[in-house]
Amino acid sequence: MGERVVEAEQLTKRFGPIVAVDSLSFTIEAGHTVALLGGNGAGKTTTMALLLGLVLPTSGAIRVFGHALDRHRYRLLARMNFSSPYVDLPHRLTVAENLTVYARLYGVADVKRRIRILSDELDIAAFLKRPTGKLSAGQRTRVALAKAMINEPELLLLDEPTASLDPETADWVRRYLESYRARTGATILLASHNMTEVERLCDDVIMLRAGRMVARGSPDDLLRRYGRATLEEVFLDIAREPGAGTPDRAAAQ
Amino acid sequence: MSRPISRVAQDGRPEAWPPRRIGAIVLRHLYLLRGSWPRILELTYWPTVQMILWGLVTMYLLTNSAWLVQASGVLLAGVILWDVLFRSQLGLSLVFMEEMWSRNLGHLFASPLRPWELICALMVISLIRTLIGAFGATVFAILLYHFSIFELGLPLIAFFINLIVMGWSIGLVVSGIILRFGLGAESLAWFLIFAFAPLSCIYYPLDILPDWLEYIAVLLPSTHVFEGMRSVLMDDIFRTDLLIRAMLLNVVYLTVGIAVFLGLFRVARHRGLLHQVGE
Repeated sequence: MGERVVEAEQLTKRFGPIVAVDSLSFTIEAGHTVALLGGNGAGKTTTMALLLGLVLPTSGAIRVFGHALDRHRYRLLARMNFSSPYVDLPHRLTVAENLTVYARLYGVADVKRRIRILSDELDIAAFLKRPTGKLSAGQRTRVALAKAMINEPELLLLDEPTASLDPETADWVRRYLESYRARTGATILLASHNMTEVERLCDDVIMLRAGRMVARGSPDDLLRRYGRATLEEVFLDIAREPGAGTPDRAAAQ
Repeated sequence: MSRPISRVAQDGRPEAWPPRRIGAIVLRHLYLLRGSWPRILELTYWPTVQMILWGLVTMYLLTNSAWLVQASGVLLAGVILWDVLFRSQLGLSLVFMEEMWSRNLGHLFASPLRPWELICALMVISLIRTLIGAFGATVFAILLYHFSIFELGLPLIAFFINLIVMGWSIGLVVSGIILRFGLGAESLAWFLIFAFAPLSCIYYPLDILPDWLEYIAVLLPSTHVFEGMRSVLMDDIFRTDLLIRAMLLNVVYLTVGIAVFLGLFRVARHRGLLHQVGE
């Protein structure tokens, strides 16, 4: 068994009467790409926020790189990064300015060099001097990815990394993530609704429903277990199981 | 197998030290100022308009008030120093709201930035914004009315620091409330400080207040600063007792301001507000 990069133990998060994450336990090994799958309100984004320390758990424990997140959060965050469609970069700053600010926050030694490397890798050099708010959705996604890569994270958390992207750009992002993991051995946790993406990128899938883990395994395992041809069918089977709730209930979360 | 967490990052480089992260946030807001001349204009516009208005009032009163003839600069100094307090509070709150407007808090607090480092950065930016705003008003006061705030001499520095610190304290409380209750509470940043104006005795002495209000007014650092300012301008006496009172009160104010902000920051983490805020 490889190094455990993430260990979540009996993680629970309640917002008043609503249980967003319910007794969730899982581990992620180094170098693996793991997907959090689930419908709206299943607890994917909350789980990610818990792993980043943006949200405090009601109960349970999180260890990252073998260290308790609550005690060593800030030093651990220097080895992590994330991207989410729910969080923006300042629109009025140029791309280069945003990347400079985050490079400094993450303690990158040679800021200019790092930005230059990322500009080449993510093909953002042409709009480095443009305000971030004036970019197209595809360009903005690449910039968000550049911010997420600014410190060459060992643990990368991506919330819906290809949401609202055209197929070509989405494919480009997936290829980039594959090459990044192959090159650096980084661990990636991604939340996604895109089953093709999950099948292509992930070694392991954690299926969530109403904050609980209802299934876990490799994409092939899950297909076999549910006797289905695609992950989308597995997803729908799980969503339609008795007690799965309705989208309205999920949206209320 | 866990690797030890030390101040040395994985690649052997030292972990970024706090001033670098504080500097990063300051740099972010300097970029914003540099890229927007209307923002700089806004910083100097109101203090200058206030200065012109109160300068004209002073000129009128000089012909009708024996009291004012003793120290014609007392109203103008009041305008400038009140603006220091107002701008430092507003500057801190606005800079914090800027992060909320741009939905950037989630990124900031998923980085190694500590909350106290953000507080330090907010203070630095607030200071820069206040200096920009006060600069315009000060220059206009000299050019139009031949009054230089620097006539206050060295006590000006003490007054300035005390008002800045009080403004930061109120700004931190306001920012914490906005973080907890959302941008619906943002108008607090604009009006809360004005509750302190009548009690701060900016343009009149403390003893004109009703007795019961005096007891409240002396709890404000700003009251002692403006009393001290009048003492310098009218009697040419620097009252260290007033300065010490203002400083001691500011220690309390700043401690409360930081505690409230950090407390509400923790509440925001409990309630999952950090990555949800935005316009």
